[in-house]
Amino acid sequence: MDVRSTEPELRALMIAGLNGDASAHKALLETLSSQLRAYFKAQLGRFSRGPVEAEDLVQEALIAIHTRRHTYDPSQLFTPWVYGIARYKFVDYLRRTKASINDLPIENAEEVTAQDDRTHVESSLDLEKLMAGLSPKVRQAIQCVKLDGLSVSEAAARCGMSESNVKVSVHRGLKALALQITKERADHED
Amino acid sequence: MKTDQLIDMLSTNVEPVKSGQVWKPLVWALAIGGAASFCVMLATVGLRTDAAGGIHVGFLTLKLLFMLSVIGTGTALLMKLIRPGHEAQKLFRFLFLPFLVAGFVGVVTLALQPSSTWDRMILGTEWVTCLFCIPLFAIVPFALLIWALRKGAPTNLERTGAIAGLVAGALGATAYAFHCSDDSLAFVAIWYGAMVVLCAWIGARLGPRLLRW
Repeated sequence: MDVRSTEPELRALMIAGLNGDASAHKALLETLSSQLRAYFKAQLGRFSRGPVEAEDLVQEALIAIHTRRHTYDPSQLFTPWVYGIARYKFVDYLRRTKASINDLPIENAEEVTAQDDRTHVESSLDLEKLMAGLSPKVRQAIQCVKLDGLSVSEAAARCGMSESNVKVSVHRGLKALALQITKERADHED
Repeated sequence: MKTDQLIDMLSTNVEPVKSGQVWKPLVWALAIGGAASFCVMLATVGLRTDAAGGIHVGFLTLKLLFMLSVIGTGTALLMKLIRPGHEAQKLFRFLFLPFLVAGFVGVVTLALQPSSTWDRMILGTEWVTCLFCIPLFAIVPFALLIWALRKGAPTNLERTGAIAGLVAGALGATAYAFHCSDDSLAFVAIWYGAMVVLCAWIGARLGPRLLRW
């Protein structure tokens, strides 16, 4: 797939998402998830690891892309930013699993934007288990805003919290989830 | 968990992202870290007591110039390293410039003086104090820089840690310069340079552990 044709679209979606456009953000994550899946599968293929690990990495990268999206500079190209995150997560995975990275070649950015549409594989992540590790307040905020799709003001009314409190809780919750995932993987693989 | 489920979750009620979340913490870390180093210097060794203006101010300026150029380049590098997709190779080379210039000037000043005075020029009166103070003064800035960098997404943890150590070391040395009574460029090149490089080395060792995300 030609990178140049996707770069402007992805970048436009990313910038819209940064401005709070949820549907653009969703479209971005959907496009990226298939590209990331192809990338991780190709990388993992060299270490004979399966599709579940690839799906784990896809999800970990998506969470990273979401929680670290403030580090994208809109004046720069988008593809190198995504590629930087994907590669970081992959190298981190290799370190955790103590696979050798000596024979990991430097890939081209193009590989990140390859396509793979198989989405039926489930990752080993258990959302309910992960959610159980959050504090009650944060869990409730995530449940209302992120899973039940309530607006912030509706969630605030239901949970009896202030709106800014809900926003902060959701933000913290996602970061905590990302952290927990990394930790759980490390425990699991050690 | 299915990836679609995760995407739904992440893209429900997306909040707009405020700009400046990357560089603001870094600037705060530098400002507070610098002030903290200075306070630690005041509380431990104190300001230079024999300063009589003139030549002393000249040497203080040179020491500050050396350290501020390291802090400036290092901070510019951190601003790049904290975002994925930037390797900043070009800027990285500039980092060596202040050290090379200081080393060169140090050698020239030695060459201009008889070798019998070299001991005094190199060791000065307080090289041991310098050895301990610069890393000590660098601790608070280093911790603050790590805190700021963790808010970003550095992908080269070793290098980012090294530059954080370097900048923290240079902030420590800047604070120490207000105490330092050794007015010799060879002294500054060797001891300031070595201590800042040591801090960078420690930072590189700690980076992968402290900055992982």
